[in-house]
Amino acid sequence: MLALIPLFPFLGFVVNATMGRRLPKAMSGGLASIVMLGSFVVSVVSVWQLVGIAPEARASLAPQVVYTWIESGDLKVDLGFRLDQLSAVMILVVTGIGSLIHIYSTAYMHDETDSEFARYFSYLNLFAAFMLVLVLGSNFPVLFVGWEGVGLCSYLLIGFWYKKKSANDAGKKAFVVNRIGDYAFILGMLAIFTQFGTLDFQAVAAAVAALPVETGFGILSITTLLLFIGATGKSAQIPLFTWLPDAMEGPTPVSALIHAATMVTAGVYMIGRNAVLFSHAPATMLMVAIIGALTALMAGTIGLVQNDIKRVLAYSTVSQLGYMFLAMGMGAFGAGIFHLYTHAFFKALLFLGSGAVIHALHGEQDIRNMGGLRKELPITYRTFLIGAIAIAGIPPLAGFFSKDEILFETFAHGHWILYTIGAITALLTAIYMFRLVFLTFWGDRQTSDASHRHALDDSHRHKSVPSHGHGAGSHLHDAPPAMALVLIVLAIGSVAAGWIGVPHVLGGHNELHAWLQPAFEAPARAGAEVAAAGEAGGEATAEANLELTLIGVSTVIAVLGILIAFRVWVKRRVIAERFAATYPGLYKLLLNKYYVDELYDAVVVQPIKVVSTEGLWRGFDVKLIDGAVNGVGAIVDASATTLRRLQTGSVRTYAGSLFVGVIVILGYYLWR
Amino acid sequence: MIPLSYYLILSATLFAIGTAGVFMRRNLITILLSIEIMLNAVNLSFVAFGRAAGDLDGQIITFFVMTVAAAEAAVGLALVIALFRHKESLNPDAFTSLKW
Repeated sequence: MLALIPLFPFLGFVVNATMGRRLPKAMSGGLASIVMLGSFVVSVVSVWQLVGIAPEARASLAPQVVYTWIESGDLKVDLGFRLDQLSAVMILVVTGIGSLIHIYSTAYMHDETDSEFARYFSYLNLFAAFMLVLVLGSNFPVLFVGWEGVGLCSYLLIGFWYKKKSANDAGKKAFVVNRIGDYAFILGMLAIFTQFGTLDFQAVAAAVAALPVETGFGILSITTLLLFIGATGKSAQIPLFTWLPDAMEGPTPVSALIHAATMVTAGVYMIGRNAVLFSHAPATMLMVAIIGALTALMAGTIGLVQNDIKRVLAYSTVSQLGYMFLAMGMGAFGAGIFHLYTHAFFKALLFLGSGAVIHALHGEQDIRNMGGLRKELPITYRTFLIGAIAIAGIPPLAGFFSKDEILFETFAHGHWILYTIGAITALLTAIYMFRLVFLTFWGDRQTSDASHRHALDDSHRHKSVPSHGHGAGSHLHDAPPAMALVLIVLAIGSVAAGWIGVPHVLGGHNELHAWLQPAFEAPARAGAEVAAAGEAGGEATAEANLELTLIGVSTVIAVLGILIAFRVWVKRRVIAERFAATYPGLYKLLLNKYYVDELYDAVVVQPIKVVSTEGLWRGFDVKLIDGAVNGVGAIVDASATTLRRLQTGSVRTYAGSLFVGVIVILGYYLWR
Repeated sequence: MIPLSYYLILSATLFAIGTAGVFMRRNLITILLSIEIMLNAVNLSFVAFGRAAGDLDGQIITFFVMTVAAAEAAVGLALVIALFRHKESLNPDAFTSLKW
């Protein structure tokens, strides 16, 4: 039954990949969407069955084994799928948001040729299939199959427009950067196998639960740290985040898929899946939290100054993922997954909204060339605004509850520095999101001086669209029905998704938290812990007051951020320019993303290039390998030149050597 | 009775004469004749050994050698005639074009 969930999109992939070029667009796109919806239906049914089971039994369900995949000595790996509370949330997000993105794509990609269209949908289906394998896998190797699969698909989709060099480069970058993380992940898997002799999640959790929590930096810390490095690659955290902003080269729905439903959430999910293991390594947990907070802050500051609509959203994703890791590092796994889930809604909405803008403007992505779209794209504007409010954290929209839970957990654990960073990032989030809204949808169309700006800033690479093609007077088309429908559904989701996690102090029951909690406990103890959590619920009112205070602070921060953005980018646009002029160094630093790409280029890429070119190519390959091969040839050539003199052609010489030979052999046998 | 060593010395002498002829003569016909002398020198030692051992093996193998020698003479002479038609010469040193 569970195997059907990834199987549906995989079948869609097979059909579209083999026969897609002969199918009309309605067929290939429709098929891809239908298999995703089918997968969604199966997911809903599966989760419904899970809800029907007694809560204590949910976390310890046996995996559904398709067949035994590897059996060798102590190692036994099943191709098994297991549904528990955590993967239930994940499959609903992946199939639900994924279906919407598929439907949206049928309209967005309509300008492609039939075969390209089918290729696009085959990749999209494969992506979803691998992500579902990732979240349903009952052991590390199955998870790893999905883990690598989404890496492959991200490469294929980011480089979808393979005739564009920048798209190709971005695809390769995503793949290579992910490989670095994957390598650490493999090492982590090996470490787990050597210690526990199993790779099954439940078995590992049970084995770890028996161990004491590690105090120093021991083997568990190393193992979890390796896994975490894998997560930083997949989920775009420091130091491996650089691929995600470049991934904007792909089609916009792909960005939505990567950022919202699949791929980047894999790292967060993986830590949640191994919550017991990570909880036993406080050193790693602290590292996770610090990296998360730093990434959130760094990406937030970069997002303030970017001018490409999709890049701002990309850095926003990196920043929000930082939040999720902050929550994971705090041990608030439920809060992290909650944020993952709400983020999927509003980030998909924002990306698809930006896609609608780009679609309407025929490929324009520079927000400085936009403005005034509020009246011309009303549906896009309204849904985008809802998404922006949700991510900024204004109650009662989705982002507010999840972000606030993370900040509260951070503060409650006594990490006030990390809390401050998180709060500053919340302010930045509100500012850059509303900067985007104001610059894109408010004010006047900025097309008249687009060429002028373009000339000033030729380092910025966006598709140069002739500005006369859609001058200020021309009429723009709002999102076509398929796209508008998806935007509206996601907007509703962005408003309502947070309501299943309303904290107790606001009169809610935080259902999601209670639902998820057993999945993060060791299987044997899950039931007892839930009971204990229930008792602890009616505890301190002081904590409730603190939580209320922090909720107030968060709300004030979000409103403040929006007001700042309003003042800077609507009322007095000069402020931003003057600020940039006053601190040119800081502005340049942010605009160039802290020069991280340049740093990696200088520290990693260039040395490897030099070693490869001068050492491996010109030194090892040309001199040693080629030298050996050519040397053998030269020796044979030289000796043959000498030896061929023996072939005189004269019969008597041959007879002579024959004679001498016989004499020598005879002599040897006679006198030996 | 003549001792075996006499036959063997005669056989070796004939063989040496044949070998010298092969190497020193400048005429293909003579070289063929010299090869026949070498073969018969070997035949002589076969027969002598057979006689000394008291069985017929030496004589039987000699018949084989003589048969092969007849065939060899036929092929060899045919080759010599073909070579002569080609180069108008019987000197073996004239035929050295099959080399590097």
